[in-house]
Formats: sequence, C-alpha cells, structure tokens
Amino acid sequence: MSLQVSEVKKIAQLAAIAVEPAEFELVSKKLSNILDVFAQLEKADTGGIEPMAHPLDQTQRLRDDLVTEINLREKYQAIAPSTQKGLYLVPQVIE
Amino acid sequence: MSWETVIGLEIHAQLATQSKIFSGASTAYGAEPNTQACGVDLALPGVLPVLNKKTVEMAIAFGLAVGAELPKKSVFARKNYFYPDSPKGYQISQFELPVVSTGAIDIEVNGETKRIGITRAHLEEDAGKSLHEDFHGMTGIDLNRSGTPLLEIVSEPDMRSADEAIAYAKAIHELVQFIGICDGNMQEGSFRVDVNISIRKPGEPLGTRTELKNINSFRFIDKAIAYELDRHIDVLESGGKIVQETRLYDADRDETRSMRAKEEANDYRYFPDPDLLPVMITQEDIDAVRQTLPELPAQMRARFIEQYALSDYDANQLTASRATAAYFEGMVKQGADSKLSANWITGDLSKALNRDGLSIADSPVKAEALSDLVKRIMDNTISGKIAKQVFDAMWQGEGSADEVIEKHGLKQITDSGAIEKIVDDVLAANAGQVEAYKNGQEKLFGFFVGQVMKLSKGQANPAQVNELLKSKLS
Amino acid sequence: MHNLSIKQLSTLLQSKKVSSVELTRYFLDRIQTLDGEINSFVTVTPELALQMAEAADVKLAAGNAHPLTGIPMAHKDIFCTDGVKTSCGSKMLDNFVAPYDAHVVSQLKALDMPILGKTNMDEFAMGSSTESSFYGATKNPWNRQAVPGGSSGGSAAAVAAGLVPFATGTDTGGSIRQPAAFCGISGIKPTYGAISRFGMISYASSFDQGGPMARSAEDNAWLLNAMVGFDERDSTSLKMDKVDYTAGLNDSVKGLRIGVPAEYFGEGLDPDVAVVIKQAMAELEKLGAELVEVHLPNQHLAVSAYYVLAPAEASSNLSRFDGVRYGYRCENPKDLNDLYTRSRAEGFGAEVKRRIMVGAYALSAGYYDAYYLKAQKVRRLVRDDFIKAFESCDVILGPVAPTPAFNLGEKTDDPVSMYLADLFTIPVNLAGLPAMSVPAGFVNQRPVGLHLVGPYFSEAKLLNVAHQYQQVTDWHKQTPEWIEGGRQA
Repeated sequence: MSLQVSEVKKIAQLAAIAVEPAEFELVSKKLSNILDVFAQLEKADTGGIEPMAHPLDQTQRLRDDLVTEINLREKYQAIAPSTQKGLYLVPQVIE
Repeated sequence: MSWETVIGLEIHAQLATQSKIFSGASTAYGAEPNTQACGVDLALPGVLPVLNKKTVEMAIAFGLAVGAELPKKSVFARKNYFYPDSPKGYQISQFELPVVSTGAIDIEVNGETKRIGITRAHLEEDAGKSLHEDFHGMTGIDLNRSGTPLLEIVSEPDMRSADEAIAYAKAIHELVQFIGICDGNMQEGSFRVDVNISIRKPGEPLGTRTELKNINSFRFIDKAIAYELDRHIDVLESGGKIVQETRLYDADRDETRSMRAKEEANDYRYFPDPDLLPVMITQEDIDAVRQTLPELPAQMRARFIEQYALSDYDANQLTASRATAAYFEGMVKQGADSKLSANWITGDLSKALNRDGLSIADSPVKAEALSDLVKRIMDNTISGKIAKQVFDAMWQGEGSADEVIEKHGLKQITDSGAIEKIVDDVLAANAGQVEAYKNGQEKLFGFFVGQVMKLSKGQANPAQVNELLKSKLS
Repeated sequence: MHNLSIKQLSTLLQSKKVSSVELTRYFLDRIQTLDGEINSFVTVTPELALQMAEAADVKLAAGNAHPLTGIPMAHKDIFCTDGVKTSCGSKMLDNFVAPYDAHVVSQLKALDMPILGKTNMDEFAMGSSTESSFYGATKNPWNRQAVPGGSSGGSAAAVAAGLVPFATGTDTGGSIRQPAAFCGISGIKPTYGAISRFGMISYASSFDQGGPMARSAEDNAWLLNAMVGFDERDSTSLKMDKVDYTAGLNDSVKGLRIGVPAEYFGEGLDPDVAVVIKQAMAELEKLGAELVEVHLPNQHLAVSAYYVLAPAEASSNLSRFDGVRYGYRCENPKDLNDLYTRSRAEGFGAEVKRRIMVGAYALSAGYYDAYYLKAQKVRRLVRDDFIKAFESCDVILGPVAPTPAFNLGEKTDDPVSMYLADLFTIPVNLAGLPAMSVPAGFVNQRPVGLHLVGPYFSEAKLLNVAHQYQQVTDWHKQTPEWIEGGRQA
C-alpha cells in the first residue's frame, strides 16, 4: 500500500505535526511500510467476533461527587511556557 | 408552495455537581483563572479520569423524566481535535452508546400539545474559556471550566417553527431545574442551545442543515432562527445551495456567520476512551434514582388542574418551578383558597419578587404569612383592595397580616348601620348626581360606590355598599 | 555489594551492617564511574537519594522498618516524580519538571527507597532498542555495540551493570521483558491493571502496565509486593486480594503443566535462541514439570493488530503535548496552528511522529472499521487463544525475543523490522496477561530470555516457576566482564 502526498498532508494535519515539503516522500514511504503491516488483518476471519477495547471485562468504577483538589496554580504554571495573570497564553485565537 | 422549517435542538445542560465529571476539582462559577483546574483538567502527562457518580445519577434522572430508554451499557469516547480550550487534544464524550436513549417531551404552542422526540442524551466534559482582551495579540486560556459535567440533550428534528423550538427549549430548561440537575443559568452558560435548521417543500426529504452554536437566551433563539430561515430561503430561491456548516449567532449584529476556521479538518476520530471502562447501569440503580425524583412538571400541572380546580394558565404558572409549586401548596395546606392563592402568587407576589430581583424561596412574605392574608379576605375581614395594602406592609416587614390590619385599622366595615350612614351622607352631599342617575344616567352608580369607599377609607364591605345603594336609589 | 540480592541487601540494612546512606553512596559512585559507558540514566538525583537514605536510616535505626526500606532504586523516566525532570525520553519534555508523583513513585517513596535517578528509554516508550531517546541510545552492558532492548532499556542496562539493585519499567508491547532478556536480568509485567497507571505517562492506555526489573525472580517478588495495589485515581486499576508474592517461591513445580506453543518455534526464531529455550525446557522437566503442546493459532496476527491499536491510542494520548501548558514550545509561533504543528514537529522524534500519524490514519473517517475495529476483533481472537490454551496448561513457555540483542543502528532505518522484535511479547499485551522474562543462557555472548506467560493474576505462579529455575541455573547471577567484580561462565 502506498500513500499519496495528499493523504500524508491530511494525516499530518489531523496529527498537528508540521511536515516539510521535502520530507513528504520519505514520510510517505515509511508510513506506507507500516500500513503494509496492517494489511495482515484483512486475512483474519473475524465474523461474529465482538471488538475488544480492554483486556479485562471490568466496568467503570464511580467516584463520589466530592471536591478533593486544591488550587496549585502557581506550581502548575511554573512549568508553563507562557502565562499572564493566571492565564495560559497562546497566539490569538480567531473565532 | 411555501417552505417548511425543520428544527432540531442540541442542548448542553451543565450538571449541578460539586466536582468535575472526571476530577475532584470544584465546579463553582467565577473563580480566579485556572485556580480550579487540577492536574486532570490541565491534562498533565500521566493523569487519568475517574467518573463522577452523581453525573450518571443525574443523567438517569433526566432519562426517567422524559420517559427514555436507559441502556444497560454506555461507553465514553474521545472526540479528537486541537484547540487551546481543549487541553487533552480531545474531549471525553459519548458517541455510539450514550447513557440515555430515545425519549420525548410534550410542549404546548398556541393551545395545542405536541410531542417532541428526544434522540439521546449523553454525558461529556465542558471545555475551558478563551479570553481575547489585553494580551498584546495573544489569547489567554482559563481552564477552570474544563471538565465541568454536561448533559447534551439531542432532539429529533420535530419542530416546525421558532415558537416550537422555544417552547421545547423552555420545557427542557424547566425540567432540568425541576429535577435538580441543572441551575438553568443561561448568563453563566449553564444552559446552552445549538439549533439545527433546514427548510424543505412539504413532503420532500430533509434539506441541508446548518447548525447555530451556543445561543444563550430564548430571545436569541427566536432571532437566530428568523435570520437563518430568511438566509436559507434567499439562498435556495436564488438557485444556490446551503452548505452544511456551523454558524455563530452574533447578537450584537443580529446575524449568523460561518465558523469555517474551526471546521476545516472536521474528522474527530471518535474511539472508545481506553482510560475509561464501560458504564453499566442496573435496574437497581435506576430504581434508586426514581425514588429521589420529584413529581414532574407535566404530572404536577395535571394534578393542580384536577385537585385545585385551576385554569391551565394558573397551573402552568404555578408549576414553573418546584419552589413556586411548593409555595402554592404550602398556602393551600394552611387553609387558603386555591384560586385566591394562585391569583396572589401569579399577581402581587411575583410582581414584588420581580421588582426586588428575588426568587420565591427568598420572599420576605412566606407561604404561611400570605395564606393568613388570603384567609382574611375569605372571612371578609378585609377587601381584596385593602389586602394589597396589607401585603405591601407585610413585604416591608411590618408584621403578620393580622398585625398590619390591627395597626392600621384596616378592618372592613361590615356593620350595616355604619355603612348606611356613610351611604346616606354621600347621597345627601351629591343631590345633583342622584337626580341625574334617576333620570337615566346609570353609569353614575360607580361614582356613588367610589365616594362611599373613599369616605370609608376603603374599609366598607363592597357587597353591602352595592346592595344599600341599589335599594336607596331605586 | 552490587551483586547482592534484594533480600541480602535488606538483611544488611536491617542488621545495620550497612546504612542506607552508605549503600546509596556506593551505587551513586558506580553510576558516576560506569554510566558514561552505557548511558542508562537520563537524570541522576544524588541529593534526593541521600536525603531519602537519611530518612530511611532513621526508620532502620528505630527497628521497625519495612524490608525494602533503604534499598536504592531508579525509575524509568516515564514515571512522574515530583520536583524531578520527567522527560519520557523526549525533547518534548526535556524541560518538564513533574509537579506530582506517580502512584508507583509514591508507593515506593512511602517505603523510603532512595531514588538514584531516572532511567533512559525509547521516546514515549515507542521502540524496542532505546535508540529513539532524545538523550542518545543506551548501550547493552554485555556488548556495547548492541542495543539493550526497549523501551525500558535504561532500567535493564542499569540493573545488568550493577548500577542499581532494581528499577521500574513499563511494558506496552514487551518493553519490560524484551530489554530484560537482552540484558540478562529478570522482569515481570503483571496482569493489566495490577499496578496503577496514574502518573505513568501514557503511550497506549489499554496496554500499558508497569512492573519491576531486577536480577532475579525473588527480587521481583519483593518489589511486586510493594508495587501492586488498588489506586482509585486509575479507572482501570484492579481491586485484588492482597498477595505475598514471596510466599510461594519455594513451592515445587512437580506436576506443573508447561504449555509449549508450536507457533513459537517456527519461522523467524533464531535457531540458536531455540536451542537455549529448549535447554531451559529440559531443566524444568528435570524439576518435575510436564511439557504439553498448545496452540495459539492467531498469534501471527498480533503484531498487525497491535500496530493499529497502540498507535491509535497513542495518537490521541499524545495530543496533550501542544506547547501550551508545559513542555517544548517552538520559537516565535506565527499563529496557533504554527504553535501546534511546529512544537510537535520539533519536540517529537521520528518514530513518535510516525506512530502518531499512523494512529490518526487508523482512526480517520473511512478507515476506522477496516483497521481499528478489525484490530479490536483480532485482539479478542488472540486473547481467546490464550484462554483456551490455559485449559490444558498452567503456564506457557517460549522465547522472549526471536534473536538476542541486535546491534546499535541495525534496525533504526527500518521501523517494521524493529516491530518484529516484539513478535512474542505483543500477544501477551493484547490479552493483558502477566508474563516474565528470565535469563536462560547466551548466544554469541549476548543474553537470551525465557518467556513465561500465565493466566490472569498468576504472577505468584510465574515467580515461583522462575525462582525454581533460578535455583538450578545461575544465568541471572552473571555479570558482564568489563564491570569490575564481574565474572562470566
């Protein structure tokens, strides 16, 4: 299986990863090789088989509705790239 | 042939929990930015979600209230997209298996009842907020709201007008507050409405729809639909095509506009969240929630009409909130007449509450006190008119109905001798008018009543005044 | 001292023949002298270690300390450690000082086990050689031209070189067992959910499982006792009855039915490795175990299913690394999209980017059913194979990896050939079963690991079998020649 450059562009966009135009061919080739591994799956007979999302048949545990967290803004924002007045800063969002 | 409007609503009701849906951070509104965003809400590396039990109970309560199916198993899924107010790069929501399946709610428009289908309701987490002002071209991100629990309620495209859409939105708004799962505060964003709208010629398949996002008042629902409806008609009648897209309603300009910037790459890659396991709901869970569920507005309305012989209008007004209904039933229980109680609540009481910006729960005149006032009307101690005066004094904190009546000497005059004396005085003082009345100017009767009441400072029993005047003028 | 078992170290500490501070200094010295050769640590934390050692000595002096108190250890750099850089082997988190402790970290801190540092790993645990680390490859102490395996290659190499008595690891597709095998140490991946994932940076949530890496099965049993346990902060954490994993170590394996899947010994397995595994089978037979043939007919589909599912989960798990709240942020982003795409392009290495993209593709519209859903169905087939096999045996035995450690650089240009290094370990993660790697011999002076796989919650049995095997073999006691005090048979 071989990915078109347009497909690689779309995947890169979904993944939010910049791919330089010069890299497209190499990325496409490597991704295509991996997709060849996927192709094995086509051969599997999975008729009537339920998809399995988790290894164990456990169900979700529920938490009581209690406030257990305290304000640690200072500690959390000490590792942030850019903050001001307690807010995280990003380039202007246009809505 | 005219166009038919087809509307479906997606409503986001913020669930009234103490803590967030997947973390133990507080959901309180209005805190300093990012002081209620814990590691889970900030999506620190390595943190994991654990589901808040209350949100599931609230979803079940809603399901029961709209007669919905409650599937045994529901699953949380990730909706993947990059946006600064979505710190994980995905929103935890439900996709294929929602917690609440098909149900319905009745609405009333122009005296007609219509049943609106509810496709589903699912639990999900809210996003943070972007703030645009004052950061030198940067946007500030506050993640306090990130992870706040939401119930997204999706209707069938069953509405055919803005009026129906508003009636439906109001019915859901009333219901979620009634069952105590949402505070309904639209200004704070606790109740947000997205409108899906399309038009078609009657009998034809559904047209292409547009989605109007995050409308935060009932009035704007009306305006946004009106604008969008005109736009659809213009586009289609000039031979164009409607583009399926999300549009934002701008209340300042009263128009909708495309949000394409956010829409490119609209492939959310939903898949079951591997950090969360399937949620199983048993019959016992459902029964336990049912026990805590109050009487629902529709049932209560029917009972009020039946039990208290109220009009549809009064029953609707009195069941608008649980607190109002409780106030009414509190008055009746104290022995106040149901119709009089209804009139007082929907009339003077609600006027005073509105004026002072109070909720009925905070009313300075409690149900018991107002009931005592109504009883004084019933036993002819005071007239309805004097009662308004007494009510105002009670509102000002002057005491109970009886205390106010006593203090201001407002007791109704029912002594027929005393009333007769006043009537005689009035007739004697207005001989000219008496003459004119007798010559056929019968509308002067009201003038005599007014004069008697004025002289008695409103305290004469009106029925007795009428009777005496009639006999003396004949 | 660095060749002593956990139990021996514990005895020395409890009898006050050595203090925790002395022991900690000893290992810190070894790291300083020797780690330059193998690059097994990303961060060394001498101050933290000595401070914890002093606290341990106070408890030891009081005479009521836990058996593990005072024994130094290291964490794979995937476990968030409060106040310590937690890089996950990535440039993306090179500046990330974790603001909290992972569950495993706090569990072991509570026992006052001094933290010597954080060990090297494949970036975000994606790899089988520890070559994809931003901090350079770790080298195999047995042959510094060879890889140590991965992704927990730093932990494996550090233990093998005697730089630390024990280190934590994580295993998503074989990341504890394969490096343990390549470095000649013992490692166990418990049942999925046995050890909390809270604070363990996610690669593929439904596969990730932490575990100990140490010299022997007995060491692992001691450490598992401290690491297993319910944690309410992880929805997938299991509530299990408390087990003392050391209690049954000395049980006889007489009559134990050991399943040998025919599929393990076919194409792809290095014949020399097969010889080593067959010798181990013979040893176990001598101990009274019975070998039975079992079948895992869908085994060959496991790698494909894994390389759909794990990258799919990873593509979403790694979306949080966006340059906004922590971690790497590109210089002068010109707009929001540039901030995201360039921070991620510059912050992630090539293999991580490939897996994110492959995962996004597998989940995207039009491919979800053919890839993701199909792979989930295959996942069930693979698990059901194991459940059926365990009807006729108590544990399954085979090789951990098809070859001994390969050379540095040998597979870096061909991701797919790297994926096949996990051929035997991946099916176990699909099923969520417990499994361990036990040193069983050498091929070309490179260690070979024996793979033991058990039914859910059979950790104690696996450790028992491994311990019995280690009573009659000494592969786990051997150390590389170049390390002073080492000897090789």
